[in-house]
Amino acid sequence: MSRSDRLVPILLAIAGAMFAAAPFVIDTAPDESTMGLVQRIFYFHFPSAMSMLISALICGVASAMFLFRRDPRADRVAVSAAELTVVFGIMTLVTGPLWGRKAWGVYWAWDARITSTFVMWMVFNAYLLLRRFGGAGSEVLAAAVGLFGMVLVPFIRWSVDLWRTLHPSTSVLPNLPVSMGIPLYFCWAAFTVLLVALLLIRMRLERQRAWLDDAYLSVED
Amino acid sequence: MSAAASDSPSDFSRVRLQGISRHYGRRRALANVTLDCAAGVVTGLFGPNGAGKSTLLGVLSTFVRPSSGAISYGDRTAEQWGDALRSRIGVLGHDLFLYGDLTAFENLLFFARLYGLPNPGEVVARALDKARLTDRAHDRVGAFSRGLRQRLALERALIHSPQLVLLDEPFTGLDDASAALLIERLRQLATSGAIVVMATHDFDLADGVVDEAVCLSSGRLVPMPGAGPLRQRYRDALSRERA
Amino acid sequence: MGVLRAAWLIARKDFRIEVRSRELIYTAIFFAVACLLIFAFAFVYNGRAIDHAAAGIVWVSIVFAGTLALGRTFERERQGDTLRALLLSPVERPAIYLGKLMAMLVFLTGIVVVILPLSALLFDAPIFRTPGLLAAILATGILGFAAVGTLFSAMLVRASSRDVLLPIVLYPLTLPALIGGMQGTVALFSTEPDLALAQNWLAMLIFFDVVFVILALWTFAPAMRE
Repeated sequence: MSRSDRLVPILLAIAGAMFAAAPFVIDTAPDESTMGLVQRIFYFHFPSAMSMLISALICGVASAMFLFRRDPRADRVAVSAAELTVVFGIMTLVTGPLWGRKAWGVYWAWDARITSTFVMWMVFNAYLLLRRFGGAGSEVLAAAVGLFGMVLVPFIRWSVDLWRTLHPSTSVLPNLPVSMGIPLYFCWAAFTVLLVALLLIRMRLERQRAWLDDAYLSVED
Repeated sequence: MSAAASDSPSDFSRVRLQGISRHYGRRRALANVTLDCAAGVVTGLFGPNGAGKSTLLGVLSTFVRPSSGAISYGDRTAEQWGDALRSRIGVLGHDLFLYGDLTAFENLLFFARLYGLPNPGEVVARALDKARLTDRAHDRVGAFSRGLRQRLALERALIHSPQLVLLDEPFTGLDDASAALLIERLRQLATSGAIVVMATHDFDLADGVVDEAVCLSSGRLVPMPGAGPLRQRYRDALSRERA
Repeated sequence: MGVLRAAWLIARKDFRIEVRSRELIYTAIFFAVACLLIFAFAFVYNGRAIDHAAAGIVWVSIVFAGTLALGRTFERERQGDTLRALLLSPVERPAIYLGKLMAMLVFLTGIVVVILPLSALLFDAPIFRTPGLLAAILATGILGFAAVGTLFSAMLVRASSRDVLLPIVLYPLTLPALIGGMQGTVALFSTEPDLALAQNWLAMLIFFDVVFVILALWTFAPAMRE
């Protein structure tokens, strides 16, 4: 058992405690003037979007490393991160429209940011589909998708922004009153801890699969 | 790259595989294969279907990256050679590496140019002559029979006079006369100092040309010592392996 | 041999095969026209195409037919395993990518040359109002699509179920180029053309092309190793 594996239960415990406390922390924030109670979705929506972005970034960097160096460890990081990108993406894509319904009156307003999230989510779904159905050697192909997907992020943002913009602008964050800032950063921290814990667990699974493959091979020898 | 290809041939006198393994997931295609192929020698590669013959040829052709182990071409590794190494290797694959929509002449001309050969037109004319396809030079390859395509594919593989010749089932589809010519051709290649590695199932034809024989059994290399007919040596080797 | 010369050899070989069979250009153009026809039933009301429909119809037809063409050109390299023969030749690997990309661009241009006048005829698209800018948007959009498409089609040659996987990978990854092409064309086709907006899109497309052609050239060799 490696050092990172020993970290997992601790991280999970921290994340569990933080998520248990999250409703109470969020409760301390005041109701937002126009959105009311629904605004509180934001405390989960924003951190899950950030977690998705971080996972995508990890997947992209690990994919590039696997593509050029063919280190199987990099591939294990990439596939774990890709799955988390999709999972956090689902969370973002579910909470986004709930917010949108109240803010703009429709669930899906083709707002720039949620649209680019959707596109990115599709890219990393393509990554997973390739690995699932591409047959032998598909991990190399998937690595190219991961790398291209990461490089694509700014272009998706650029093109979708040029196409449509409705979303609360990025400057919202620093201007946030402290009473709303504390719960937001608290939830963001909780999501990040969860992200790291899940990533480590998923990587351990991949590592054990690789170990099992090696064991099979050495039994044959 | 042509400068590297015109180096003295002496630095390409043998190809050495050391402890080569290649696995696809849990399937072991090659297990710890060590093999030494020398210039002037035709090495025969035998073994049942799926034993790893094609993978071994793929590793030798630099196309398949081994999971572990080292290969040296002459005194250098593939990385040290770079792109120039590929101009010294000729491969006759199981799929024939020919474009069905192009004529025999166009196929050879395309590859002659891709290998950067001087006077590609002449080289192609000579190659067509060796394949005895001069009169069908301007027919589409897609309309050829398997045997004719096989003959053309051999000349395509040899068009740049490679020093390492890798052949996967070269006798497929050949009639007796063509097979005899192929054997003659392989003998010439070996005498001229090429390293020839050939995977085949045809023991009777291989008997006339193979200098050294090895067989693969589920990815492991088994020597086939002795001087008798290959079929017998193959049976002995496999039964020893199973015992 | 230089990279460009090797690329040209490979592209010219593709042209020769295509000139001989004409399979790709006939089928892809027929397919593109069929797309135009189908979209007519979705977007034409009372004999007129609804606002902004023409640009979208043109682009979706090009992209669908282009996907078909990508699949076919690499299917030709799969029969006889000739892609491996190219990889085993001493040419530098990026030259192979470049050659296939050049051939692909010519095929796509052929499709555009048919689709564009038809869209003018059928949907009243004003293709001669800003010909220079329209040509630039089409060229850069197609290059972006082909740059990513060529790399992934080449990689998919080895994969099982490649026919399904190509569009699955291709559409999300080329989306910015498609959005740019479509919206740039929308800006040019609308009743009051917005040239500034079209130029904005063009800038994005050029940037996209530069980044992804370089990225593809850089990844092609490591990506093609087994």
